[in-house]
Amino acid sequence: MASWQWFHRLGSPRWFYEKTESWVPWLAVFAIWMIVTGCIWGLAFTPPDAKQGNSFRILYIHAPTSMLAMSGYYLMAISGAVGLIWRMKLAFMVMKSAAAIGAMLTFLGLFTGAVWGKPTWGTWWEWDARITSMLVLFFLYLGIIALQEAYRDQDAADKTSAILALVGTVNIPIIYKSVDWWYTLHQPATFKIMEKSTIAPSMAYPFVWMILAFYVTFAWLLIMRTRVEILKRERRTTWVQELARD
Amino acid sequence: MIALPDLGVSLGASLRREWLLAFRNRGDIANPAIFFLTIVVFVPLGISPDDKVLATLAPGMIWIVALLATLLSLDRLFQSDYDDGSLEQMIVSGQPLYGLVLCKVLVHWLITGLPLILLAPVLGVMMSLPEAGYVPLLISLFLGTGTLSLIGAIGAALTVALRRGGLLLSLIVMPLYVPVLIFGSSAVRYAIEGFAIGGVLAVLGALLAGALLLAPLAAAGALRVGINQ
Repeated sequence: MASWQWFHRLGSPRWFYEKTESWVPWLAVFAIWMIVTGCIWGLAFTPPDAKQGNSFRILYIHAPTSMLAMSGYYLMAISGAVGLIWRMKLAFMVMKSAAAIGAMLTFLGLFTGAVWGKPTWGTWWEWDARITSMLVLFFLYLGIIALQEAYRDQDAADKTSAILALVGTVNIPIIYKSVDWWYTLHQPATFKIMEKSTIAPSMAYPFVWMILAFYVTFAWLLIMRTRVEILKRERRTTWVQELARD
Repeated sequence: MIALPDLGVSLGASLRREWLLAFRNRGDIANPAIFFLTIVVFVPLGISPDDKVLATLAPGMIWIVALLATLLSLDRLFQSDYDDGSLEQMIVSGQPLYGLVLCKVLVHWLITGLPLILLAPVLGVMMSLPEAGYVPLLISLFLGTGTLSLIGAIGAALTVALRRGGLLLSLIVMPLYVPVLIFGSSAVRYAIEGFAIGGVLAVLGALLAGALLLAPLAAAGALRVGINQ
């Protein structure tokens, strides 16, 4: 069937590698440009917050990383499912790359949250529902990476971690709901993380800009990592060896 | 072609087999329960033997230790069958793997989860658990340990082909245990504080039902990957 051809071609690591060759420089320039302009906009040109002063500005890093940590997980799980269902090698490579980037972003989200928490709440760590959910998400990522590293055989590593990622996907909403419920049960709401509706437009525009910037950066990093993974796994094939010779 | 035996017959046979195997390794049965007991003894030693302190810790502590005891017994779930090749025979037998996994988990729960539940009141006394907490503790453990065993089976299946999968197994299963721990221990705490616990127990029941439905599927898939190793 002609309409499915693109899909099967996607499964070929070589096709992906050659196709993305020309995208990478553009994507890199675009991602860096977006991040830099977003940072300057957010850090220098937005007015300070009425209550938090200048410390709120870490929001421009914190919120996009946390959002992407979550979407990164779903991307990873979906590529794992695609790999399991259509036995697509490329999907597993994307999954592995997404796991590493996602874990990094989750850590960054937790870290920037702690840095923001210190001046705002006076503590590095607070057992808040969102923080706890992020921490659990971080452990889920670590579990998947650890499982992947544990197997010598690539095929088994890919398939088992894809199954684990899918099990995690079913569990994430349950975990989030239960942590939410646990939080409202045990602790009074002492603070509220910035509500969307109350954010002033002059703060919101750079915020939206930064979210987009992080998505573009994520795409760039994902493609880069996947390309490295392709070379690593296909190192015995003739096309990679020819590439290395050139 | 030889007709496969009836599903009921095969499930009965595998249940019988698991049960016999479990009973012939009698030493393994007592281990989780002894572990459960010793850790609970460590709490007053390490924190404080004060009644009030223990009473506030009791619901959560008993639940955490039950979780750890289940976790430690999990790596044996598929291991010996994997090592001697009977797992492979089960998979090629043509019988649904779902049922076989369910049989294994059921027997695992009977020899680890159930003794923990039966031991829990004794631990409640040692941890000076308030009186209103005993029945909810038993019910919540009854509903929750099943879920722990089922989710744990996924982890055990994912790591079955690894030589030393024990620690990794805990690492991948722990985050998935979060909801069970939260709802299990709050059921007991709610009861002590005098609130209705019907809703919390219903959630635990729902988790068990969901795990019964989905966990054997994931575990069966993982075992299929594992035997190709």
